[in-house]
Amino acid sequence: MSRPAGTPEAVITGIGVVAPTGIGAAAHWQAVLDGKSGIDRISRFDPSSYPVQLAGEITGFSAKDHVPGRLIPQMDLWTHMSLAAAQEALDDAGLVPAELTDYQMSVVTASSSGGTEFGQREMVRLYQEGPSRVGAYQSIAWFYAATTGQLSIRHGMRGPSGVICTEQAGGLDSLGHARRLIRGGGTGLVLGGGLDASMCPYALTAQLTSRKLSVVDDPARAYLPFDEAASGYLPGEGGAIVLAENSQAAAARGARPYAVIAGYAAGFDPPPGSPRPPALRRVIEAALADAGLESSDIDVVFADGSGVPAEDRAEAQALCQVFGPRAVPVTVPKTLTGRLYGGGSALDAATAALALRHGVIPQTSGVTRPVTADQLDLVLGAPRTRQLTSALVVSRGYGGFASALVLRRAA
Amino acid sequence: MTAEFTIGDLEEIMNSTIGMDEGVQFTADDDIPFTDRGYDSLAMIELASQLEQRTGIRIPDDVALERLTSPRRTLEFINSHLAAAERG
Repeated sequence: MSRPAGTPEAVITGIGVVAPTGIGAAAHWQAVLDGKSGIDRISRFDPSSYPVQLAGEITGFSAKDHVPGRLIPQMDLWTHMSLAAAQEALDDAGLVPAELTDYQMSVVTASSSGGTEFGQREMVRLYQEGPSRVGAYQSIAWFYAATTGQLSIRHGMRGPSGVICTEQAGGLDSLGHARRLIRGGGTGLVLGGGLDASMCPYALTAQLTSRKLSVVDDPARAYLPFDEAASGYLPGEGGAIVLAENSQAAAARGARPYAVIAGYAAGFDPPPGSPRPPALRRVIEAALADAGLESSDIDVVFADGSGVPAEDRAEAQALCQVFGPRAVPVTVPKTLTGRLYGGGSALDAATAALALRHGVIPQTSGVTRPVTADQLDLVLGAPRTRQLTSALVVSRGYGGFASALVLRRAA
Repeated sequence: MTAEFTIGDLEEIMNSTIGMDEGVQFTADDDIPFTDRGYDSLAMIELASQLEQRTGIRIPDDVALERLTSPRRTLEFINSHLAAAERG
């Protein structure tokens, strides 16, 4: 849908990453190109009594390097990591929030786990020592909106803000919402994207109930979306904070955007057993229409890549219906990190923005025998270098969420 | 409990559960309000809870917000209660 000339768009001007592939966007991007996996045996706790013992953990992150000491005990690790990623995104964009108007800056992050590690610690205190031993900060640290709130306080961002809890689709939904706020003039910039860090026994136990996690015990073989050996997915922690900004304001201050958030759509699957099709195809088509693009305009698709065989088939079918068989390169870099819940599609959007800038499609590491080879041109083995203009990022969240985001390389 | 509550004890609580910025140090006659150092009411509730656990002195939330306003006033409050308890 075209909009009147001269109306502002939302552009991505800053990226911050804390992920199993690296701390910092540059480290993450290099690891993706090198196929350097962040998946290994869980080290944060002893996983030997759990059916899932592998995950994408972040190593080498120290809250002290990123968060003032006075604030560290108040927050879950997920918020520590988010503060670090947000600072990187602001620095990357060359923005100093203190110099800007507070009500023209917003925070919309995705979260699907909240502060589970913090919460588990306090629950142990509750059951072992009694209610008086539960820390006062539990009241704010566990909550899904804690990261949005702490970012708002830390950077003095008092524009319309919120948190989005749509599991893996949340990162895209946060950027769709950021775009809506910016286009509507309600705010000038939004810290979007998101992270999750639910690497504790309580969180893993909760995730196991989905029955979609892989119990394969080889880090190189456990999460292989679209592969004939697909066996579900592995959990991971981290994600990305993406700074979205009014394109005119960005241009006025000489910023160099990665991409325009050109199209977005979200949908919800019909209930199990319904004769109606899943939402994914409709959502992709709606996002393309929103961007004013034809399917042939898309140069690369960052797929959801569930790793659950039936879900892989459904996604391959939806992409094939929209684009035609093998008509567009498709990739799933998240095989290196596992699925990051609220942070997953945020990191995919960040990776897509980096791909547009560098003119490189990263490969789907680990996958060697795709079952959907007749439908999908999956990028395997090595990155593909080519001029890229538009990227589609697709994501599905547990429970029926489906979202699609179109990014167009900034001119 | 008869020992005096010291500034070191207070710093230990702040460091372990409430949070202290790098390079900040409290002294016994330190009257800088906790609020000026960025601590909010939640921090004061947590401080009261930690003091209760360590000293056995019961500190209701409203008393905490009214009396535990600086390092000096916190020490004063705790030590006067400890002394009173010892006098019986």
